[in-house]
Amino acid sequence: MQGKMAIVGNAETITVFKAAGVDAFPVTDEKGARETLRKVAREYSVIFLTEDYALLLKDFLKRFDEEAYPVVLPVPSGKDTGYGESFLKSAMERALGVDILFND
Amino acid sequence: MARLNVNPTRMELKKLKARLSTATRGHKLLKDKSDEMVRRFTVLLKEDKRLRDEVEEGLSSALKQFAIAGSLTPSYVQETAFSMPTVALETECETESIMGVDVPKIRLSQTEVSSRLPYAYSEITSEADGSVEMVSLLLPKLIRLAEVEKAVRLLADEIERNKRRVNALEYVMIPQLEETIKYIRDKLDENERAAIVRLMKVKSVKM
Repeated sequence: MQGKMAIVGNAETITVFKAAGVDAFPVTDEKGARETLRKVAREYSVIFLTEDYALLLKDFLKRFDEEAYPVVLPVPSGKDTGYGESFLKSAMERALGVDILFND
Repeated sequence: MARLNVNPTRMELKKLKARLSTATRGHKLLKDKSDEMVRRFTVLLKEDKRLRDEVEEGLSSALKQFAIAGSLTPSYVQETAFSMPTVALETECETESIMGVDVPKIRLSQTEVSSRLPYAYSEITSEADGSVEMVSLLLPKLIRLAEVEKAVRLLADEIERNKRRVNALEYVMIPQLEETIKYIRDKLDENERAAIVRLMKVKSVKM
């Protein structure tokens, strides 16, 4: 199956991805991001989302966890939001019940 | 534990015994499945962490450089320069099964058109070149991270579901069946004893 890649997020972060060949969809607020994601998810199979929006849309993103595609990946957007760590932690807690990575 | 509402007959006893053996076998299988999934999960989790650290580091430096580049060129020049990418990225999307969970398997197939950079060198500073290149180099890693992270999510859900099943069997279904079987056995034994006593009584009266 052929798939396309897209990035959704704030304009500064995604321009550079666009130059690298990823289709870019700039958004400015939470609502816009939700709408864009909904649209993009139908067409693209790999979607990068900047972390600041991933944080805002946490609950909305759960709906993509049912199937293998589309894959929505929060990417760091320059600012350190700690999203990656919190995601790993919650997955770990749910599945294993113990912390095996951070140990703090 | 409440026992099931059944008639204490030999027929029911036989049925329940069959159900108990199925439940026990199912419980064992699910438990094995859970163990293996957890093992796979930990491997993936570690890879996810490693990849994420790498990607975060690479991307933040690329973005920093890009921000510098952005400050050196007017934004409209940059916008037009970047609006026509020469690289068309295509991905091969397949699914792979980890313990019955379909996880994505993505391969990047890059079709390069002309030069690597989508703009004239005169328009944009070298910082921008550098950052675009860095991002391009990061893309395979990003794809891999997308794959792994999705797998982690899907596996975490499946492990949770599986755990619930195992627990339901272990703490509800099996004890319930065992108790009902014991109850029926007691009842049947009791009936038998009653029959014997009755027979003995009848005999002693006659003699």
